[in-house]
Amino acid sequence: MKFKQKATASSKIPMCSMADITFLLIIFFMSVTVFRRYQGLRVEMPVAKSTKKIEGRRSITYIWIDANHRLNIDDVMVNLGEVGPVIKTKLEKNPAIIVSIRADKRVKYHYVAEVMEELKKVNALRVNFGTLTERMAGGG
Amino acid sequence: MAKFKRVKRGEAEIPTASLPDIVFLLMIFFLISTSMNPDKGLGLTLPPPGEQVKVAQENILNIYINAAGRVLLKDKEVNVPEISRIIKEELEKNPKLIVSLKTDLDAKYEDMIKVLDQLKLADAPRISLAAPEF
Repeated sequence: MKFKQKATASSKIPMCSMADITFLLIIFFMSVTVFRRYQGLRVEMPVAKSTKKIEGRRSITYIWIDANHRLNIDDVMVNLGEVGPVIKTKLEKNPAIIVSIRADKRVKYHYVAEVMEELKKVNALRVNFGTLTERMAGGG
Repeated sequence: MAKFKRVKRGEAEIPTASLPDIVFLLMIFFLISTSMNPDKGLGLTLPPPGEQVKVAQENILNIYINAAGRVLLKDKEVNVPEISRIIKEELEKNPKLIVSLKTDLDAKYEDMIKVLDQLKLADAPRISLAAPEF
């Protein structure tokens, strides 16, 4: 009796759809990417368990308050008195702005409260306190 | 009569062999530039300026934070990790509860965030940061 030779399946991986797959991945990353625009000041943000992602990442304005009580809005150093006008011009351009206050955990509440008062005056009412999750604080 | 030579057309093909390489290059670029560390924080909506809303006294729960970071809740000093549990219980009793957080101006920002975090953990729907007197 003769043994039949086993047909060896072709060992080629089909490469035709490779480009499609990578295109799909590209489109995913393109839509997800938000370029980091601002450098900010060196702050050690406080840790909070209920930290949540900010909705509407593309319309965030950052205010940094560092441990030496320096103020910085979107990489421009400002005085307390300038906070209102600067935010106001930003609000005119984009009314859906969310102000993210990234204050160092060692600053006195005093400084944060003053900034918030300025924000209230110009009707920038959607604020967000920048915090870290425990995992982020531990890792960084 | 001279014969016209028919012009031979070269076949119009775009070389697609290197397409996956180009696409991969782009992909790697976007992979690197994507920050998977999105902006995070505790959201809050401030009240409009000059607005004074009268609220029934029994719907307000005051929390005070003093300069040393100690917390007073319903006239009793409490530990920070207990706040969320207490607030949850109070919210069950009265769902219309407004939590008013009053922080000493000399208190550390971190202490205030810790208490705010506890309020968020308890899903307190209405949080008010009492305006400090400068």
